[in-house]
Amino acid sequence: MALSKLNLKCFNINASTKESVCAQVFKRNFFNYVPSKKQIVNGPTIRMNMFQAINNALDIALKSDDTAMVFGEDVAFGGVFRCTMDLQKKYGKSRIFNTPLCEQGIVGFGIGVANMGSTAIAEIQFADYIFPAFDQLVNEAAKCRYRSGNQFNCGKLTVRAPCGAVGHGALYHSQSPEGYFAHTPGLKVVVPRGPIHAKGLLLSCIREPDPCIVLEPKVLYRAAVDEVPEGDYSIPIGKAEVVVEGDAVTLIGWGTQVHVLTEVAQLAKTKFNVNCEVIDLVSILPWDRDTVCKSVKKTKRVLISHEAPLTAGFGAELASTIQEECFLHLEAPISRVTGFDTPFPHIFEPFYLPDKWRCLQAIRNLLDY
Amino acid sequence: MALSKNVCVLFKRCFQNKLSFKYLSTHSQPPIFPGAKAEWTQKLEFTGTHSYSPLPIYQVLDQQGQIIDASEDPKLNSNILEKMYKDMTLLNVLDKILYESQRQGRISFYMTNYGEEAAHIGSAAALTTNDVVYGQYREVGVLLWRGFTLPELMNQCYGNAEDKGKGRQMPVHYGSKNLNFVTISSPLTTQMPQAAGAAYALKGKNRVVICYFGEGAASEGDAHAALNFAATLDCPVIFFCRNNGYAISTPANEQYRGDGIGGRGPGYGINTLRVDGNDPLAVYNATRKAKEYAITESKPVLIEAMTYRVGHHSTSDDSSAYRSKEEVDHWSTNQNPVNRFRMYLQNNNLWNDELEKKWLAEARKNVISAFEEAEKRPKPNWSEMFKDVYETMPDYLVKQMESMQKHVEQYKEHYPVKNYSK
Ligand SMILES: Cc1ncc(C[n+]2csc(CCOP(=O)(O)OP(=O)(O)O)c2C)c(N)n1
Repeated sequence: MALSKLNLKCFNINASTKESVCAQVFKRNFFNYVPSKKQIVNGPTIRMNMFQAINNALDIALKSDDTAMVFGEDVAFGGVFRCTMDLQKKYGKSRIFNTPLCEQGIVGFGIGVANMGSTAIAEIQFADYIFPAFDQLVNEAAKCRYRSGNQFNCGKLTVRAPCGAVGHGALYHSQSPEGYFAHTPGLKVVVPRGPIHAKGLLLSCIREPDPCIVLEPKVLYRAAVDEVPEGDYSIPIGKAEVVVEGDAVTLIGWGTQVHVLTEVAQLAKTKFNVNCEVIDLVSILPWDRDTVCKSVKKTKRVLISHEAPLTAGFGAELASTIQEECFLHLEAPISRVTGFDTPFPHIFEPFYLPDKWRCLQAIRNLLDY
Repeated sequence: MALSKNVCVLFKRCFQNKLSFKYLSTHSQPPIFPGAKAEWTQKLEFTGTHSYSPLPIYQVLDQQGQIIDASEDPKLNSNILEKMYKDMTLLNVLDKILYESQRQGRISFYMTNYGEEAAHIGSAAALTTNDVVYGQYREVGVLLWRGFTLPELMNQCYGNAEDKGKGRQMPVHYGSKNLNFVTISSPLTTQMPQAAGAAYALKGKNRVVICYFGEGAASEGDAHAALNFAATLDCPVIFFCRNNGYAISTPANEQYRGDGIGGRGPGYGINTLRVDGNDPLAVYNATRKAKEYAITESKPVLIEAMTYRVGHHSTSDDSSAYRSKEEVDHWSTNQNPVNRFRMYLQNNNLWNDELEKKWLAEARKNVISAFEEAEKRPKPNWSEMFKDVYETMPDYLVKQMESMQKHVEQYKEHYPVKNYSK
């Protein structure tokens, strides 16, 4: 984000050219944020964007648990996305601290903290940089309880990482790595679609007795604003949410893509006069087979959409399970609209993303099948 | 010296020529770069291995088991000394029997500890069970010292129903919650940053974490992560490197070009000790000192114990393919740490041939009977395969377990069900 600002300053271009470059390429909105309507808990709410909601969740977790600590690259001054603002001032340097720049160290360190029964909340600056810690997450965190016969565990470890498209993040500030982790028994993986979920899911993950990864769509940090419950609440891991009810096609997504699909459902209503059902999967591992299959048995048609590449993306797991569980109900092949099987490109992002028009076309095909 | 002279000359010139004063004055001040505290120099010179001598190797006992410098004698009481010797030799007996049992196909895999007995026992004896251990796989002596029983060891190697690990890992991947010995895993070096994190969590609680690893494992990225995290985050952890000269077939001179592993410590700002790993009293002193420092200063220590891997890497390795018999013989006879310690005990009338004979017979008997008991025990119920993936079993895993149950019922003749608990 800082990068695009800088670029515009360097290029000495006039305002109108600047506007058009911005609007057409970098600032082209690939989604419209839809605030969450469902009331999760009773009680007062505050208007918050997603980074504020995350900050608020961390604050609550730190207040309610003396052993909880937050660490990662640049978290002490507030974090490059402002998620840890003011926490060091409030809780001290021993609980909120910068680590050296080394992702395998961050996760390994977090596992050790959790092994001793303390609560470790680690931040990986971008999900694109979680791969150096892949070994610690997959071979160590995920298998700690199992291999020790439940003598040791690192259930108090939570890893947060900003993920997903942001308009101009290119190869290494845009990735959605959930599929890699979905293949790892022992981990739990969630993706919030906005502030209410970011807070509730983060609190669940921090207190869950298993190691969790929270992938936070970074484009939502500022763009998404909700009326967030003020108090301490949690959103269950492993439960999907029906965001829009319908009977014609089940649209399944998570993170930012839920907002794309919600808009697609509206488009389908006006253009094809059908009601699509939109499901936010919320939790990738474990995922909610019941909610998904119940919807599919009703609508008989499915579109799965995610930003990550198609081949072996998490959509493949959904499609295969739906096929097995709902075979006699399906009236069209399951459709997947996803990123392409390429690295995530810079200047071609508008053509890469599974945007509303590609999804709409897929719905047309499903209805016509 | 040379430096301060230069500074004087500069000052003089500056006063003579007021115009250039401003420009030259920056050179008269010490450097203030945020990245390092250092002096200026006008000599263009590489810093390299020639710039400093290698770390010396701390010794207490000579090859004949005599204390070299009386002031370094830890003056351990005779019970402790006897237990040290007994655990070192028990380790040998254990290794011999389990190694052979693997050769006979009775267990699937084994790794011996020959040559490294003093490193295990010397370090373990300097700590208490309250201190947390993270290991690699060749540290069984530490477990023996802490009271891990022979049946517990055998149960793990057999993966029987009594194994606390529930038969899920390969042999020698021990772990004990009661003894604060964190369960071993195969991926090398992953335990090192974990040990730093554990030490951070235990800061101020009068406990230290010790983390063992080989010189080969020290080449992994996680070793770099761990040393740097422990230093910058002030973690009370002892990193204990067993430098036994080989990582499987790779000799140490293909592993690194610096001054061993110890030579890296100061680069991370970590106080470092290099010890004779075949001298249990030197290892003991080093570890005790390290613990004291780690706890009082809340800082890490690096210990490099120089030793030699006398046995094959594991039962899957034949080390004669990459090193000579003469080399191995030298270390197993002349430099044998068990012999050296025995001489020390005999010099002090704490041990003799008769005691040796009696103890070895007893040790052998205990190991064999634990072995046979473990062999007879059934494996855990195979449904244990599905448990402990998460704290509670998720629905989809329950379904997978149930479907396997039905399948095994129908096809039981094709599965070894009779060896597994009901
Ligand atoms: C990450 C990883 N890479 C490779 C291996 C295979 N491996 C097992 S032991 C070993 C050598 C380790 O040598 P060293 O650390 O010197 O310990 P030693 O066996 O000499 O005690 C290797 C390469 C492994 N277990 N984990």
